[in-house]
Amino acid sequence: MQDSLQSTYKQLEQKSKYTNIFLRWFLYFILILFASYFIFPLYVMIVTSLKTMEEIRQGTLLTWPSALNFDSWAVAWGGRGYGAGDTFLKPYFWNSIKMVVPAVFFSTFIGAMAGYVLTKWRFKGDKWVFLFLLFGCFIPYQAILLPMARTLGVLGISNSVIGLVLVHTVYGIPFTTLFFRNFYVSIPTELVKAARIDGAGFFKIFFKILLPISAPIIVVTVIWQFTQIWNDFLFGSTFSFGEAAPIQVALNNMVLSSTSVKEYNVDMASAIIAGIPTLIVYVLAGKYFIRGLTSGAVKG
Amino acid sequence: MLKWLEKNLPKIVMAPAVGLIGWFVYGFILWTLYISFTNSKILPKYELWGFGQYSKLWASRKWLISVDNLLIFTALFLIFCIVIGILLAIFLDQKIRAEGLLRTIYLYPMALSFIVTGTAWKWILNPTLGIQKLVVDWGFENFTFDWLVNREMAIYTIVIAGVWQSAGFVMALFLAGLRSVEDEIIKAAKIDGASLFTVYWKILLPMMRPVFFTSFVILVHISIKSYDLIVALTQGGPGISTTMPALYMTQTAFHKSQVGLSAASAMMMFMAVAAVIIPYLYSELRRENAR
Repeated sequence: MQDSLQSTYKQLEQKSKYTNIFLRWFLYFILILFASYFIFPLYVMIVTSLKTMEEIRQGTLLTWPSALNFDSWAVAWGGRGYGAGDTFLKPYFWNSIKMVVPAVFFSTFIGAMAGYVLTKWRFKGDKWVFLFLLFGCFIPYQAILLPMARTLGVLGISNSVIGLVLVHTVYGIPFTTLFFRNFYVSIPTELVKAARIDGAGFFKIFFKILLPISAPIIVVTVIWQFTQIWNDFLFGSTFSFGEAAPIQVALNNMVLSSTSVKEYNVDMASAIIAGIPTLIVYVLAGKYFIRGLTSGAVKG
Repeated sequence: MLKWLEKNLPKIVMAPAVGLIGWFVYGFILWTLYISFTNSKILPKYELWGFGQYSKLWASRKWLISVDNLLIFTALFLIFCIVIGILLAIFLDQKIRAEGLLRTIYLYPMALSFIVTGTAWKWILNPTLGIQKLVVDWGFENFTFDWLVNREMAIYTIVIAGVWQSAGFVMALFLAGLRSVEDEIIKAAKIDGASLFTVYWKILLPMMRPVFFTSFVILVHISIKSYDLIVALTQGGPGISTTMPALYMTQTAFHKSQVGLSAASAMMMFMAVAAVIIPYLYSELRRENAR
């Protein structure tokens, strides 16, 4: 029986060999076609940023620059040095760093603690508490924008990096809790129970038992939060302007600012600078990035 | 005292998260709801005014255009993302060479902000120096491509950029789904003489129903919240032809200083999202309880 199945299978495979070769070519053709669609904007951004305005006007989107010219990168990063009205990304890049680091730290820490309690120190109604927090992942932020603007004003931290740290920490908690909760749920509770019998307390169990095995989920959470906060525009543009703005807001202002001549090369260099930190993280730790994406969305 | 502290320590540790979310999510939504029933202009007023803002909202031409645009965008965004996502997932599932590289290429736009994406596509779609010039240079001299500045067509440029950003995500979801199906099922079907096409169309795709559902929910959610991409690509223009609810909400609040009206529009968005999310959370919870 097993043998005859095997041979039927072999026969079928033989028969479809030629169709297969054709199909393979077709397959690769479509896959590469789409790959070029996805690569195209990145390619255009890079070559445009390396051209002079003269070259941009004469060539097309695809023409290769005549020389590697990093002038527009320098202008995008450090400005032209004529003082007033000279916007460039450097200070805003640092704003974003100052905003991202504490916000990622606090939201990850709070989420780790919440996930720990929700799975290892269960109490009556903990499922509802989880649902209560989870809902925060899905709200459209427009529904909290107005009271948030008021609150930041009352606290005296509107238009400041500290204000943005608060906003991003708070609205990151639902996601970080989700990540840690789903990770800790899969770790046997017996471990914790045994430690409790041995007299280990709440924090000792967390730091000695759970934290050492949490590296993967910490990486997923940190990457997720970093990408979200770095790329945020809504909060940045609503709660800050001028000098406290994060990089995405500054990029948008630079591109929209109506100078007499539009410098596309500088625009593209700026866009790449604003996108490079998250791109690097994606290339280096893509696996964890995708895990965050799928579990942040699907919930594990 | 110490005993009590020890017993309640988990709850105390839990308190900041619950407190912050309670205040900043639920409290704030209730505040917005309340304000939407008042006649607040620049500053919030707390005197109730009934449904006035809602009737004003639904009589506003700009809001109606926003809702129209949202429906067009959502429909096209969903169709293209899901079709391209499934296609790429199935093709990548055929033991492809350099699969890792291709996957990286399909998904990298997700790592970029919508502002970066919008800036890039704005340059590419630029009617003088962008794609139009490229195609004219290839010899098609009468080719015009001015969607970005064309009232009728500008909304589709947002679809192009949005699909570019999010299709890879749907691909990742479906690829993970396809990979979790046991090989035996596919083998058995092949022995029964089913073609590869039939295997996918009749067996695998129907098994992917939860993935369809998830993609649907996430994409609708992304599209209702679309804001950054429009700001970077068209700023709602030309005129108001590409306005969407999220843009309407912030403009009404922060440029027109119509806080009450803006709160009403925010609540409409909230209800739209809730209508999609609550059934989703409910079904997810049931699935989890069933396990």
